[in-house]
Amino acid sequence: MQLELTEDERAFRDEMREFFTTKVPQEIRDTVAAGRELTKDQLVESQRTLNAAGLAVPRWPVEWGGQDWTEIQFHIWHEEMERAFVPTPLAFNAGMIGPVIAHFGTEEQKKEFLPKTANIDIFWSQGFSEPDAGSDLAGLRTTAVKDGDDWVVNGQKTWTTLGQYGDWIFTLVRTDPDAKKQAGISMLLIDMESEGLEVRPIQLIDGGHEVNEVWFEDVRVPAENLVGELNGGWSIAKFLLGNERVGVAPSGITKRVIARVKGLAEDRFADDPLLRARIAELENELLALELTTMRVAANSVEGKPDPASSVLKLKGSVLQQQVSELVLDLAGPAGLASGAGDESDLSEWARLAGPTYLNLRKASIYGGSNEVQRQIIARNILGL
Amino acid sequence: MDFDYDDEQDALREAVKGLVGKAYGDYENRRRAVQDDPGFDEKLWAQLAEMGLLGLPFAEEDGGVGAGPVEIGIVCQELGRVIAPEPYLTSVVLAGGLVSACGTPEQRRELLGALSAGESVLAFAHDEPGRGWTASAESVTAARDGDAWTLTGVKEPVPHGARADVLVVSAALPEGGGTGLFMVDGADTDRTGYPTYDGTRAARIAFDGTAATPLGEPGTDLTNSISTVQDITRVMAANQALGAMQYLLPTTTEYLRSRKQFGVPLSTFQALTFRAADMYVSLQLTRSMVDWATMVVAKGDPVAVADAARRVSVQVSRAGRHLGQEAIQLHGGIAMTMEYSVGMYAAHLTALDHLLGDGTHHLRELAAHVTDHDALDPLA
Repeated sequence: MQLELTEDERAFRDEMREFFTTKVPQEIRDTVAAGRELTKDQLVESQRTLNAAGLAVPRWPVEWGGQDWTEIQFHIWHEEMERAFVPTPLAFNAGMIGPVIAHFGTEEQKKEFLPKTANIDIFWSQGFSEPDAGSDLAGLRTTAVKDGDDWVVNGQKTWTTLGQYGDWIFTLVRTDPDAKKQAGISMLLIDMESEGLEVRPIQLIDGGHEVNEVWFEDVRVPAENLVGELNGGWSIAKFLLGNERVGVAPSGITKRVIARVKGLAEDRFADDPLLRARIAELENELLALELTTMRVAANSVEGKPDPASSVLKLKGSVLQQQVSELVLDLAGPAGLASGAGDESDLSEWARLAGPTYLNLRKASIYGGSNEVQRQIIARNILGL
Repeated sequence: MDFDYDDEQDALREAVKGLVGKAYGDYENRRRAVQDDPGFDEKLWAQLAEMGLLGLPFAEEDGGVGAGPVEIGIVCQELGRVIAPEPYLTSVVLAGGLVSACGTPEQRRELLGALSAGESVLAFAHDEPGRGWTASAESVTAARDGDAWTLTGVKEPVPHGARADVLVVSAALPEGGGTGLFMVDGADTDRTGYPTYDGTRAARIAFDGTAATPLGEPGTDLTNSISTVQDITRVMAANQALGAMQYLLPTTTEYLRSRKQFGVPLSTFQALTFRAADMYVSLQLTRSMVDWATMVVAKGDPVAVADAARRVSVQVSRAGRHLGQEAIQLHGGIAMTMEYSVGMYAAHLTALDHLLGDGTHHLRELAAHVTDHDALDPLA
């Protein structure tokens, strides 16, 4: 048990801090700091900057661009990235399909996809949820039927985040209609330029276009784009979702939102003890979460997340929501000016507060809803 | 940066667990131990001394072992796991800590040597009717006549005050000179002991021109030292509370698995299992915070220790209430009885929560300083 960083770790932290604050364009970091939406070009440019320095996909196997770091180094990398308001590497690429291909893919698939995935030469989308398969993912009905050397895919995916930017989509499909729910599922990699594939936007309650429906009508997918075993897709899904739980709660970002709020609304604090208490309590809970993240990360064995990672998703999403609620309350009536644009006399953070609050209601739903996390804790950890 | 215990620390935990587990692993033994005065098992206290645990925090030249906060935290966790009623926290960590921090070399050797050997129980007589959770004294006053000092006023509640051989008493110094510490032989005072709601003991102690010996340099304001030792004690109390919480969760889940109603185990009801899952979340967050605060104590900067003590106290207060209340509710009526362990664990967590400031008390302090920093950095 020791709190201090070693000399090497401190040097590593300085190196990361230097890189993130000097190499990633200021405009991109300002966009993140202000809570504005990043363009596709900004996401790609930022990740390519990281990738060129070996900092985009450090958790991948070393031969595919990963780093042989200690858990504390991973923590420092992540913490410094968020501290500098550098966009974290695209989750679909770096956190989801990359590790899946590295773990389950063929040599050909690794060679074909991993370098492009790390560099966002391919922008990946996630094709998991369906209209009738949300938390009950195994109820998915999109089918893939073998026809010659191809799979022919029919069905519909939904909640596909940033699908409008997607080049390829990793998709769970039913390849054995007769098998028990989980047993008949496989994963296919599908080029989104394919004929018969259509992306349709869904407008969300914040007014934005973040997610999409993806429709498949007789989409032909070459057989070599199957990942892992035929009908083995459920294990891959579990692997991916387990990784997602760890990365999905951005405690570092959330605590910086609080720090920013304190600066923006400074004049409000002096005579408002309730507000101060609310912030103090949130800061403390975030500290507990951050420390738990470090502790759990240190306990992950061979890339398998500690089961306690459900705690991170559950608590992290709730705190993210509570902080957005605090920001909106601080904005007060100014929050109504969400559609005012830059001509407004009201500050940008206040104008963004309402949509952000509404948008973040998603956090306790996606990545395995918080009720699913409670179920995982109760069943897998507590044996109930 | 490392959350793991080393082999020696694991061995210490096993040794403590073995000893106190033998004594109180069966909850009925704990219940019996607190029935009669002094409210704890003197034999076990002697065994704790033999094992070197009572001298753990103190320097070797003072008769102690010179171990660090992580080791003391381990002992507190294991005492908490069986809610041992022995006055480790208040006698060794708090009162002993004050002697160690403020006493002259002779005083340290004498008092801490006897404490470490199990020959003398210390108590810190500090809280006064109407005041608590401060580092200063007000209504108990010290008067000086040449080299002779006397104390007047009432201290209450004093944890284990009736049993203590030596009282470390805080008192307002003459002429607004701050707060000093004094040693008083327990037998020289007018004291009335009574049980507390978690089965341990406290006392009312009255001083009426009672002769007292200054701890350390006579007439020195020791408020800051008291404050720091209280902060360290808060972190150790958090360790003790963590141990108690680590008992409550598995005990509750085991009950949910075995208890049947409507012809099925309680664990078939999601309304109950989800609440157990939330207890797990509280417990995990608390453990991280307790480990962190203990490591901050090990680093030794008193300003950082004060901050960490507040932060861990808020977390432990919230979580202790959550786990204590839910453990009782999920058990149902059985947890309301004295013969079953869970209710008394909740009582003990409640007592710890109110020993040196509850969550709201510490949150008030944190809230006052919320604009002093940017984002928190636990590694700073």
